[in-house]
Amino acid sequence: MHISEGVLSGPVMMAGAALAVAGTAVGLKKIDYDRIVHVAILSSAFFVASLIHVNLGPSSVHLILNGVVGLLLGWAAFPAILVALLLQAVFFQYGGITALGVNSVIMATPAVICYYLFSPFLNKGRKTVFAASFLAGAGSVFISCLLLGFSLYLTEKSFLEVSLLVVTANLPVMIIEGIVTGFCVTFFHKVYPEILPRGRSNS
Amino acid sequence: MISEELAQGDSIIHRLDPCVRVVCALVVSFALALSSQFEVLGLYLVFALALVFLASLGAGPVLKRLKPVLLFVIMIWVILPFTHGGEPLVRIGPLTMTRPGVELCLRITIKSVSILMVFIALLATMTVATLGQALHRLRVPDKLVFLLLMTYRYIAVIQEEYQRLLRAARFRGFVPGTNIHSYRTYAYLAGMLFVRASLRAGRVHNAMLCRGFNGTFRSLDSPSSNRLNPVFMTGVSALTLMLVVTEILWK
Repeated sequence: MHISEGVLSGPVMMAGAALAVAGTAVGLKKIDYDRIVHVAILSSAFFVASLIHVNLGPSSVHLILNGVVGLLLGWAAFPAILVALLLQAVFFQYGGITALGVNSVIMATPAVICYYLFSPFLNKGRKTVFAASFLAGAGSVFISCLLLGFSLYLTEKSFLEVSLLVVTANLPVMIIEGIVTGFCVTFFHKVYPEILPRGRSNS
Repeated sequence: MISEELAQGDSIIHRLDPCVRVVCALVVSFALALSSQFEVLGLYLVFALALVFLASLGAGPVLKRLKPVLLFVIMIWVILPFTHGGEPLVRIGPLTMTRPGVELCLRITIKSVSILMVFIALLATMTVATLGQALHRLRVPDKLVFLLLMTYRYIAVIQEEYQRLLRAARFRGFVPGTNIHSYRTYAYLAGMLFVRASLRAGRVHNAMLCRGFNGTFRSLDSPSSNRLNPVFMTGVSALTLMLVVTEILWK
């Protein structure tokens, strides 16, 4: 899910770039050199995981997993997602330079929000963990859609239909993301809890 | 999966200093994204085509890389002309195409295709390693450059790991479908990727510490001096400035 080049108006583009710079600066500040390798390799995993296609009826959708990245990395998700998007642009031309700022904000803001909302629940029982991470996965796609629709709407009022279409078309994606994120995080909880934010601070 | 085939060429663009290419790409892309007059946009399209020509890239690879944006363009042509209000242009049965809708679509089409062609000509013609060095010399924060290069370095490794996990699942009879079982399997595959990535990061970090990593980023690349650099930089800036001035005066 991203906005293509050449769609956004100047002010929206510039605001996106400014927010992306600010978010990345905060994220980089939170990463010290002991953790930077960790963030980088998880960012590679995010890049690869976002290429996984899962079936949805006769068609297929790719995973996004910005909820998982948010839960694992917190603010560091911002630079990690920015880098992954830049690499997608370089390798596959999914977007170029001018929309990179807005697209990073669209993907990374929900990740950070989910980190603050749901990471406190990750050291509870299995059902709570599943519920919290389901909400984190579905919620981050939902917020991404809202931000995407909002930036389109700010650009051009007539994009309202397109924006609504984006949100509706992504409803099944939200549910799939929620389910996958839920299972993914319960999996972490079971096999390698140290990867979760709470586990790390204990160790 | 990831081939940097365009970076292999040897053209005027390939021989330029990567920093010059990054700066030029930024200047042209933003100027392009901010203009709206059709005449000026047409000139930008010619400009972008000229850059692709200077990079001596074949039509095939460029078109292949334009595929995602072309699909997007088709999608907006299907929706926007009919939903946009304004003066009607053509009636097709019960549907009406409006003039502002068509103009908006045309504008977006020219802009997005041109911006991506500039991107392909100037940036996709270098490897990510080179791009990282260029960003470093352009004073992008060390940590961000480090993150970019490290992520790039490990994508292929993680991708291979994913293929191995998927192969193992298929050997056990996994057939993906639209059901909870499939989603759970993919979730565990993705989860395993993250777990292995995290464990690998620990090992890589230790290995780097053993080799004396202290947080500073060193580059062994020295920029090649080339008389083309100032010429290209001036040419591109002058052309862009001219187009920006035309855009402003035209109104």
